[in-house]
Amino acid sequence: MSEQVNTAQQFPGQVHDLPGGGIVLSKLDDVINWARSNSLWPLTFATSCCGIEMMATASAKYDFSRFGFEVARATPRQADVIIIAGTIVNKMAPVLKRLYDQMADPKYVIAMGACAISGGPFFYNTYSVVKGADHVIPVDVYVAGCPPRPEALLHALISLQEKIKMGMTREQIRTGKE
Amino acid sequence: MPTLTSRAKQVDRRPMSLAEKLYLPAIFKGMAITMIHVFKKKATINYPEQKRPFSPVFRGLHILNRDEEGRERCTACGLCAVACPAEAITMEGAERQPGEEHLYREEKYAAKYEINMLRCIFCGLCEEACPKDAIYLSETFAPSNFNRASFIYGKEELRIPHPKEDPEGYKKALGNRAKK
Repeated sequence: MSEQVNTAQQFPGQVHDLPGGGIVLSKLDDVINWARSNSLWPLTFATSCCGIEMMATASAKYDFSRFGFEVARATPRQADVIIIAGTIVNKMAPVLKRLYDQMADPKYVIAMGACAISGGPFFYNTYSVVKGADHVIPVDVYVAGCPPRPEALLHALISLQEKIKMGMTREQIRTGKE
Repeated sequence: MPTLTSRAKQVDRRPMSLAEKLYLPAIFKGMAITMIHVFKKKATINYPEQKRPFSPVFRGLHILNRDEEGRERCTACGLCAVACPAEAITMEGAERQPGEEHLYREEKYAAKYEINMLRCIFCGLCEEACPKDAIYLSETFAPSNFNRASFIYGKEELRIPHPKEDPEGYKKALGNRAKK
């Protein structure tokens, strides 16, 4: 498990000390990404047992509001990130696509749990389950587990923030090139 | 008609008194509860800095075990792959050559051993199926990642560190899970 630190407080840029104070120089892109990454409101989208772990992560014990995932919104218009918590069945797939389309840009997707990332135990011998939510919408961060622990979801949320701060596209991250 | 439960409570419908009409006593009563909670111990665990101890029965990432001399226990019998409900395990067996006795414990070993963590549901049936105690589930959870390819764990990621070459890493990875 890679060690993670909470990078939310680190403002991008360099501090130049001058007599009588100092100035911070930064790129506007970096500041925008920093602001975006620290205010990601999730959409309440829980289709099965992973949703219970997502609720636990939102509760006082783990409290993802600390990272800027302030409140779970019940409408896609106000949400920035969709946490797919649970099995996506064929009947749910068009609904998920529609919710994703209704979200305002920039939007991010976290696939949580074995069902959402690959179909999990339903990979074989099931007629009704979508084999991974990325057959329907693009996914930014995958979380393995059945269901993942709240810590694993928090790990994914911090990973998503780091990804936004990197300012790289999905293709650039996949190929490992800038 | 008899009541169904003994918890039935008669609703008080008398007109409110002056103190109740002011609402101030009720507000102070509520604020007092808020103030009590301000000074209570906080429930939040600051995750990346603080970590909560996991339950002793928690099942996390798999570890391919070695024996005390650092030889791999796995004989590539395939029972774990058969037991796996998500069919996440793939392996290829190979025969041990003369001179490799210090690497593998028995005549057959797993040349390739892969677990697809995307499909794995961490049920622990592989651990139960294994006749050689070669695989067990550790206390660390699977970390999240940006791409699918990094979730296919090979032998390099799964194998426990060598007990003689890296005793500290071995002890850390062993935890208190592995069967002796």
